[in-house]
Amino acid sequence: MSSRFRSLRATQVAGAALLALLISGLVSAYRPAGQHELRVCADPNNLPFSNEKQQGFENRIAELLARDLDAKLSYVWWAQHRGFVRNTINQNQCDVLIGVPSSFERTRPTIPYYRSTYVFVTRRDRHLKIASFDDPQLRRLRVGVQLIGDDGTNTPPAHALAKRGIITNVKGYSVYSDYRQPNPPARIIDAVANGDIDVAVVWGPLAGYFARREPVPLDVAGVSPQIDLPFLPFVFDISMGVRRGNDALRDSLNSIIQRRRAEIDQILADYGVPRVDMAVSGSSTL
Amino acid sequence: MMTRMSPGSALATFTPRTIAFQCAMLVTVAAACSKTKTPNETGHAPAAPSQTPIAGRSNGGAIAQQTEDGQWTLPAKNYASTRFSGLSEITTDNVKNLHLAWTFETGILRGQEAAPLVVNNTMYIVTPYPNYLYALDLTKPGAPMKWVYKPRTLAAAQGVACCDVVNRGASYADGKIVYNTLDNQTVAVDAVSGKELWKTKVGEINVGESLTMAPLIVKNKVIIGNSGGEFGIRGWLTALDLGSGKIAWRAYHTGPDSAVLIGPRFKPFYTDDRKPDLGIKTWPGDTWKIGGAGAWGWISYDPQLNLIYYGTANPGPWNPDQRPGDNKWSSTIFARDPDNGDAVWAYQMSPHDLHDYDGVNENILLDLPIGGQTRKVLIHPDRNGYVYMIDRTSGEVIGADPFMYVNTSTGVDPKTGKLKMAPDKYPHIGEVVRNACPAAPGAKDWQPSSFSPATGLVYIPHQNLCQDVESVEANYIAGTPFVGMNVKMSPGPGGNRGFFDAWDPVARKLVWRINENFPVWSGALSTAGNVVFYGTMEGWFKAVDARSGQELWKFKTGSGIIGQPVSYRGPDGRQYVAILSGVGGWAGGIVAGGIDPRDSSAALGFVNAMTDLPSVTNKGGTLYVFALP
Repeated sequence: MSSRFRSLRATQVAGAALLALLISGLVSAYRPAGQHELRVCADPNNLPFSNEKQQGFENRIAELLARDLDAKLSYVWWAQHRGFVRNTINQNQCDVLIGVPSSFERTRPTIPYYRSTYVFVTRRDRHLKIASFDDPQLRRLRVGVQLIGDDGTNTPPAHALAKRGIITNVKGYSVYSDYRQPNPPARIIDAVANGDIDVAVVWGPLAGYFARREPVPLDVAGVSPQIDLPFLPFVFDISMGVRRGNDALRDSLNSIIQRRRAEIDQILADYGVPRVDMAVSGSSTL
Repeated sequence: MMTRMSPGSALATFTPRTIAFQCAMLVTVAAACSKTKTPNETGHAPAAPSQTPIAGRSNGGAIAQQTEDGQWTLPAKNYASTRFSGLSEITTDNVKNLHLAWTFETGILRGQEAAPLVVNNTMYIVTPYPNYLYALDLTKPGAPMKWVYKPRTLAAAQGVACCDVVNRGASYADGKIVYNTLDNQTVAVDAVSGKELWKTKVGEINVGESLTMAPLIVKNKVIIGNSGGEFGIRGWLTALDLGSGKIAWRAYHTGPDSAVLIGPRFKPFYTDDRKPDLGIKTWPGDTWKIGGAGAWGWISYDPQLNLIYYGTANPGPWNPDQRPGDNKWSSTIFARDPDNGDAVWAYQMSPHDLHDYDGVNENILLDLPIGGQTRKVLIHPDRNGYVYMIDRTSGEVIGADPFMYVNTSTGVDPKTGKLKMAPDKYPHIGEVVRNACPAAPGAKDWQPSSFSPATGLVYIPHQNLCQDVESVEANYIAGTPFVGMNVKMSPGPGGNRGFFDAWDPVARKLVWRINENFPVWSGALSTAGNVVFYGTMEGWFKAVDARSGQELWKFKTGSGIIGQPVSYRGPDGRQYVAILSGVGGWAGGIVAGGIDPRDSSAALGFVNAMTDLPSVTNKGGTLYVFALP
């Protein structure tokens, strides 16, 4: 009796699932634009990633996603500081974060859509040609790094320099910086351009974008090694992140990343994102 | 649950004669205790409890004594910070009859850490963000609301607060209730009308600063300190004029002596601390500018010496290899002149902190018989696992005794005052450190202790947590990826996560201890009726015998308790006890912040130790008030 009931249920469930599939196929084929929303949580003040005027490459990618999903794009703006994930996507305020590290455990990440690296940023007229943490020049130059606070974590270059005893000539810049200013993390690039520091070690996308906008030419060069032992990576895969359990959206986004890879690559190239996952001319100095 | 450590019931009743007898005994007993202990084994626990009844108890001296007016006007009840009520209607005999008198719902379901104030038959409650201030009329049945003051606290401040959006309460003086809002405003509100009298912006959320501490009003100054080490702030203590709200002085905790307000009056006890500009020279380059060391804890005041005492937070940035040196003046107790902020002495508990051991915990000011003389001391149970007894006139460490299993250090050097760090617990990026005790919240966090002059004991609510720093995981801040230490906290030896201790400050010994399942994240209240109150994260509000620790009464509130109990005399002449229930804070973020229990390293690893909390309590924000029938 009960086994018969169970098999009956299984058939009903399978039937319902099939019906749902058919309906959803019809809906996605014929749904008018704006019928549903793609809600993105993003920082309102952090180019080249995103800003409230939607001028960042993550804004451009979000538009691409919304177009592909035939969804209306909406934003929840929140500074990407400590608590960002907890207060935004994990409170169901939005559906997707456009950029998270691919091994970030607090969201369900998509497949990676780019891989970048920490870079050395110097003024071209200084001819410093620094490409390795083991370059002896780093012991005497003014080196800028971004620091995170007292939380038990910090940026990889801060650790790499400290490990090599390069400490007293290092100038720390808060990765948060002063949020009243536009794009606060960019202050460290300004400091290279205006000579406050000789070299900055920063995450590639930030450097690639702002290096083109400073009044003097800057060189941007990927760091070496890519992984400092025992385990300190400078190269990160970046994915989109959805809420855990939202596998349907994750699968859709994976499909878009695969189908529209060329368009995504072009957006990243437009913003000068240094890539280490492909031989692309994102940044000619790499 | 209860571990009886000593036949403490020998002090059956408090009389002047028993006190005189104890003090006579002290002359001999205390001499043996006057040297700083130097345990030499790695990992040490509190000394075995004394079987000698009541050896070395003291009433704390004049500063801990007070005339009881039945009110609660300061966060810690008095300047000595004893959190002791002289009311004695509720006793060990009748507390079993305690019943709920009335309740009040704050409507804010985040961690409730504040102590209610009681002034002129009105109760004042400060909520977590958005930091409402409620005034309740105690003269009417059910204590109806008189008014509510709603500051327009910036929502963005929530993103800056480190550990839930808590507020630790208000101070009263001169007709004004003064408190801080999360977005760096100090406000003075007319205690009668609820009208805002002044509001001063003292910090900047855009650089990571926030305010969570309760101000202390000393003479005509409101004294406050900032939070935000997680965001690379530069810590300070600031005094505002009580009348106008104008900033009178600001003392930074890093930087040149001129900014730290170190001048000719500065006479620290240890010679290494007397060199100039240590706030710069103990840091590489200009990392001192983002060196942390806020002041988000408690302030005490000795009117006779005219000195305030408070502790500073831990240094940034992480990792410690990036800031070789002592990183002064982080994790430090300062004695300052409240009139102008001048530093008079400083003592650093955790130089070059490796483990997030802020120094902000309370300083209880007592005059104790030590080595045959009465010494003016402060008692400071620190995050690093030691109860410090420090001469508050000079900054000399008289004792530093472990009150939890400690293996990150091996004691305090009596000559230099330096903490002796255990090298095997030094965290290096990419390496594994197992079982470091105490964990980042320390043997005790912000939750304040109480001292009873009736028993001579300090009642210390605290936690029993160790941590593994075991691997790295990717994270992302402001578009910058990095790998972090994957911190996981777990219960310390014994397997329970919390303790409620009675500590004899003269004998420097544990007298009795109650084991609690969760960290005891609430404050303690002691009373002249020899009843001590505290709350648990399950929501139990408990009354125990001050002399033996025996549980006498308990009441299950609606949510976990992380607040501070207070006691007052109502307009009807009866004694009341009040507590806010509403779990949260760093320890309770798993409930109040809705953190996914699968994120074992969330809330800086605290979640791993608290995964069962959501199954025993829910969010809340209710005041409970109790009285005898």
